[in-house]
Amino acid sequence: MKPRGDGGAADGKKCGRSWGAAPALLCLRTHLRPVPETLWTRPRGTGTGSYDFRGTRVTADVLPALSAKVRAAAHPAAEACVCGADTSVLADRPDGTVVRHGATVAKAHAAGTDLAGLAARLAVAAHPALAGILLPPHGPGAAELDGRPVTFWSYGTPVDREDPDAAPWEEAAALLARLHRTPDSVLPPGLPPMRGPAKAARAVARLRAAGPHPAAAPVLRAWAVLPAWARDEAPMPDLGTLCHGDLHLGQLVRPGSGDWLLIDIDDLGRGDPAWDLARPAAWFACGLLPPDEWTRFLTAYRKAGGTAVPADSDPWPALDVPARALSVQTAAQAIAKSVAGGRPLDEVETSVIDACDRMAAHPPELAPDFAT
Amino acid sequence: MQCPKCHAPMHTYNRNGVQIEQCSGCRGIFLDYGELESLTRLEGQWSQPGPPPPGAPQAYPSAPAPAWGAPQHGGHGGHGGHYGHKRQKGFGHMLFSS
Repeated sequence: MKPRGDGGAADGKKCGRSWGAAPALLCLRTHLRPVPETLWTRPRGTGTGSYDFRGTRVTADVLPALSAKVRAAAHPAAEACVCGADTSVLADRPDGTVVRHGATVAKAHAAGTDLAGLAARLAVAAHPALAGILLPPHGPGAAELDGRPVTFWSYGTPVDREDPDAAPWEEAAALLARLHRTPDSVLPPGLPPMRGPAKAARAVARLRAAGPHPAAAPVLRAWAVLPAWARDEAPMPDLGTLCHGDLHLGQLVRPGSGDWLLIDIDDLGRGDPAWDLARPAAWFACGLLPPDEWTRFLTAYRKAGGTAVPADSDPWPALDVPARALSVQTAAQAIAKSVAGGRPLDEVETSVIDACDRMAAHPPELAPDFAT
Repeated sequence: MQCPKCHAPMHTYNRNGVQIEQCSGCRGIFLDYGELESLTRLEGQWSQPGPPPPGAPQAYPSAPAPAWGAPQHGGHGGHGGHYGHKRQKGFGHMLFSS
């Protein structure tokens, strides 16, 4: 793996003791442009925007205050920012607004976040047993902003979206394998189930709310044949393993010059670890991830002692249901976004919907003990 | 589906595109209409491999995939070929979003 530049470290250097008035003024001036009201009703450049049910923005007011919080957290001893670094918006969605100032990141979690659950998830990320696996939070608790809990973290360099060849498949797989082997004694008593099925169900609810679309029928048919637990309509049969709950390539960062770590604990919890492998599995099954990259990921996961799939036999009995659910989730979001944006589905989105269409002819492969 | 012999649940597997139900108890196998013929045909292809099609070398062994998966084209997906275009487009677009 070739070393890459790290924006966090570079900005951190700017945080020298420059006590002049100008840097402070620079930081107090907002560097955040007002976001157009239509942001959530059309796709952003990279397609990562998400939408609430009404297609309206709900996070417009949190950005300036969250920016002030991240500047204050970056300079706890100073009255005002002393480093001159810009404050940038890393994500702005109803389920998570993330701003960065220098080497510090603040995240405003979704309104209505289960606070006890978040506290338990933070405790897991802060636990020494998870060092080198999950990015630890700055401090044990959450601040509050406009009814939304706010947590602080170190900035890390994300995976390069423009360079598929540099995707850290082996590292992601090894992190998941280690996460899944976390001993039960580490998990706090109040740790909720992972939220994978809940997120899939939410995407399907968005699809239904988006209005009629010709591609909706095969997606809803594929959803209907999934077992109730995968649709978040029954408890998960397997609550024995610590899972990330929303693994994708945007969930890996390298803070400083260190190794890759998993981020985003909002969906972390107990559950079926196959769910964490199921997004790459679904991408492979839908023809978006080449077989050799999928094989690299799966092999690295097995080599690192991951427990989600058998070590030396067909992984698909374990992966089938979660990979179907995540394909449905992805297809449902794609259709809802295309309806909201008044644009046709693209080739990649169509591949996922086609896979949902093929699912109807093949009932789910049910792994032992997962038949209900 | 229940095993007709021992009544344990049967699990569905896909082998070379053929759906097979196997009993989790007695390990017995249930084949649908035409599936035995499909397996026999596949066995014949296995024992008498024809020459590889020109210009399409099997650079990487095909990975097990679900029955609903997209057809695998066999070629090396790393740089171009069947996956090149969609891979580049899908990568930044879909492999990063929740």
